Amino acid sequence: MSALNRKLLRDLWHIRGQALAIATVIACGVSTVVMSFGTLESLEITRDAYYEQQRFADVFAHLKRAPASIRDEIARIDGVRSVDTRIVEAANLDVAGMDEPVLGRLISLPRRGAVALNQAVLRRGRLPDGKRPDEAILSEPFADAHGLLPGDQIQATINGHKRRLDIVGIALSPEYIYAIGPGVIMPDDERFGIVWMGREAMAASFDLKSAFNDVSLSLMRSADKSAVIRQLDQILAPWGGIGAYGRADQISHAFVANEMEQLRSLGNIVPPIFLAVAAFLLNVVISRIITTEREEIGLMKAFGYSNLAVGVHYLKLVLLITAVGVALGFLVGAWFGRAVTELYADLLFRFPVLYFRFDLQIFAAAGGVSLAASGLGALGAIRSAVNLPPAVAMQPAAPTVYHRGLLNRMGLSKGLSQPTLMILRHLGRWPIRAGLTTLGISMAVAILVASLFFFDAVEHLLDIYFHHGQRQDATVVFSEPRDIGAMVEIGHLPGVMAAEPYRAVAVKLHLGARSERGSITGLDGETTLHRVLDRDLNAVSLPHTGLVLSTQLAEMLNARTGMRVRVEVLEGRRPVVDVPVTSIVEEYIAAPAYMRRAALNKLMGEGRLISGVYLQVDSQYSGQLYRHLKETPAVAGVSLQTAALDTFRKTMAETLNIMLFFYVLFGALIAIGVVYNSARVSLSERGRELASLRVLGFTRGEVSYILLGELTILTLVALPLGCIFGLGLAHVMVSNLNTELFRVPMVVAPATFAVSMLTVIAASAASGLIVRRRIDRFDLVAVLKTRE
Amino acid sequence: MTRKAADEHVGSPTAFSVRGLTKVYGTGEAEVRALRGINLDLREGELVVLLGPSGSGKSTFLNILGGLDNPTSGTVSFQGQEITALGAGGLTQYRRDHVGFVFQFYNLIPSLTARENVALVTEIAPDPLSPEEALDIVSLSDRIDHFPAQLSGGEQQRVAVARAIAKKPDVLLCDEPTGALDSQTGIGVLEAIEQVNREFGTTAAVITHNAAIADIADRVVIFADGALSEVRVNERKIPAAEVSW
Repeated sequence: MSALNRKLLRDLWHIRGQALAIATVIACGVSTVVMSFGTLESLEITRDAYYEQQRFADVFAHLKRAPASIRDEIARIDGVRSVDTRIVEAANLDVAGMDEPVLGRLISLPRRGAVALNQAVLRRGRLPDGKRPDEAILSEPFADAHGLLPGDQIQATINGHKRRLDIVGIALSPEYIYAIGPGVIMPDDERFGIVWMGREAMAASFDLKSAFNDVSLSLMRSADKSAVIRQLDQILAPWGGIGAYGRADQISHAFVANEMEQLRSLGNIVPPIFLAVAAFLLNVVISRIITTEREEIGLMKAFGYSNLAVGVHYLKLVLLITAVGVALGFLVGAWFGRAVTELYADLLFRFPVLYFRFDLQIFAAAGGVSLAASGLGALGAIRSAVNLPPAVAMQPAAPTVYHRGLLNRMGLSKGLSQPTLMILRHLGRWPIRAGLTTLGISMAVAILVASLFFFDAVEHLLDIYFHHGQRQDATVVFSEPRDIGAMVEIGHLPGVMAAEPYRAVAVKLHLGARSERGSITGLDGETTLHRVLDRDLNAVSLPHTGLVLSTQLAEMLNARTGMRVRVEVLEGRRPVVDVPVTSIVEEYIAAPAYMRRAALNKLMGEGRLISGVYLQVDSQYSGQLYRHLKETPAVAGVSLQTAALDTFRKTMAETLNIMLFFYVLFGALIAIGVVYNSARVSLSERGRELASLRVLGFTRGEVSYILLGELTILTLVALPLGCIFGLGLAHVMVSNLNTELFRVPMVVAPATFAVSMLTVIAASAASGLIVRRRIDRFDLVAVLKTRE
Repeated sequence: MTRKAADEHVGSPTAFSVRGLTKVYGTGEAEVRALRGINLDLREGELVVLLGPSGSGKSTFLNILGGLDNPTSGTVSFQGQEITALGAGGLTQYRRDHVGFVFQFYNLIPSLTARENVALVTEIAPDPLSPEEALDIVSLSDRIDHFPAQLSGGEQQRVAVARAIAKKPDVLLCDEPTGALDSQTGIGVLEAIEQVNREFGTTAAVITHNAAIADIADRVVIFADGALSEVRVNERKIPAAEVSW
């Protein structure tokens, strides 16, 4: 090994603490990239393989009833690869220990040998025996939620008839990665489950012999999906089709895609911050090393080393530190990425298979960008080493020139002690470095704020949705629209304190070239349970005519108040009507549209029909009420707000917590990296000065004050600055994370600022204490002998 | 000066009483015996010059007197108190209250002006001179608001002397105060030390390589290989202004 390389390794060893701190920051950035994108890619590959293996359909449609012969007509649509017709119906399930009704979605299994789409993966047990109509398979999340196993039984009310179903198997389906029941916003595996039964058994129960009411298509690669959907809608219209849709509108797929989109957004926003901070730290540390080594640099040059050799020498140091960080980041990122992928795949998505794929490109990109950032960060410092003439370099550097600052000139420095003046002058002497240190610390605060604010946002969203908007305790969904009189009946059930009707109609909304599938909810004018809110959370009385859109839907359609939206109703007589948008309201969850119920009834050309009832329930009688509702054949399902609230929290927590945990950890590491390095650099620059003070009789505390006081000032300035940056970063995240499923409100609670700042203060204090221990161990004698 | 002048400290109380002072660095083969059982008394108001070659132990001796270092064995008492028994906090307090230091490389704080460098010490001393008075003693009144970078080496050392004397220390310990200076400038610094010794009765110990400087001392202590090879009373003490090298 050449002497120069040996020097390199010794130098590195000498600054190992600082080098490690920098490498850690780089590792944070690299591992975030590797983890986010590696996880994302693994999940995408796994999902795609799962879809492929189980033949997840491309187009879905539900209808009332069509004869089996229609199947061939559908198969002839240009671009269709295969057609699968099924029977899909709702049933009330009665699970031991649950008062409230549990909704089941019954899906017919294909006949033996038939090529089916959306195939379920059998996880336990066996398929139902075609000769035994009471055998059924349950979806795994539902079975797990209730501890049901093959061999157990459940009660079901199927088309008004009570039946006992024998569970013979447990399965997973790519169609229900997230199983979301009708009228709810989040998966609830306790109250909604998938039940697969034999085709013959279901056909018999629902009077659908030689008929079907649900169709799925897989398309050829070259197919024009929207054309297929259009033609399928035409074919199904006479048979009560309620609009075909592609994967993007398939709720489970939309949820999965939404999760992955969030992972991608987080992966795009956070790592650049880490790398920028690391580049800055390298610049400071390398500058410092070059200052202390100027005599060596002069010597090297005097001995005949070229400028290039000197530059390369220091560049190697930078790259070595970076390489350690990158390697560390690779390891940690791949390791965490694998763990996170498993968490997502097993707990959240329940993929039956799991493929890891951490693409080399991700590693190459993360490593390359880190090396480039470090090199760039250290470039200035290295150039100053290269440009140092040897004769000048070999002389000790002239004492740093200080100036009296503004405070002095204004006469404000009178009351300040000399140590305080030292702090202020030092800051004033190196304003750029002080600024960058402040910036670095503030980035730590910003990352914490922008990570932690999610919890505030979700709480705010839930508060608005459940406590201001949808204040009902339960939502009753009828299996068919019923006359308003049905509400009165339900209103008389025990425990019902208030009831409000609603009408929900499946529609397609068109504006210009854009169209969106959704539903219009018809509400009465003055409602107290389900209220539509304006931005200030005041209840809005729906206008007598026209359409009220949520911000999200308005954005998707590019609609503004006053524009006329074409409403294509997908049920009943399927009217197509142009309706003006009369107002736009802020809703964070989903993308709803509202109308006055009377106006919606009129639009439908129907009488006073309702789709269900919102209820306020006396909790004392809720058990009794739910048992009653379970017995009511007209009731398709009941969803409970408390359950919805719980599942929403749980789902949000599961998905976001994992990633946010890392960002909080990494935010704290940035703070430690920046503060520790700043303190060490200050210490090495001023060690002699501070040791001299110790000799003069200053106590350790007084000397520490000078060094740590400076960092304290920088940290104090960085805290509010970081909060402001955090807000900005949160804004960027919000705009990246808004999806059709929910909008993230821009709300940051004071506690989030406090926790972020306290975390950074704690991290700073910890690094301060580490450095302070060095002050305590100053060699007072040695410092006086050497000249800097 | 005459013999009489040198003798006038004989009756003075003892400032430092050094007994059996030993300092060993390292262990085993790497062991270096920097001091080998030094016994010496310094009386109050005395100006002592410590001579000796490099590595003879004089800096180690001075550092222990100043509370910067601990001996391996032996004791040092200052005004009857055994400072070698003090802990780190006690030593800090001792330096703060009693000792003024002047070093070869000045050790000024670059971010503070001359006045502020002195104020650094006067702020924590119980009964100090004002920084202006201290700087006046070393004839630097006209450079009082200059930063170290704006001062010559001699001027910087005079600031260091001013800083050392501003607290009116009981002892002034100077390690090669003129080592980095030319003779003209060095004499100026010695004059300042001499003046403080004379006017405030400060006990002063000055380390030097330069035998010529020994002429300003009351007593000359010569170190060799960690021991005292000679302690002699200076028969002909002369003012610093008359020294030349």
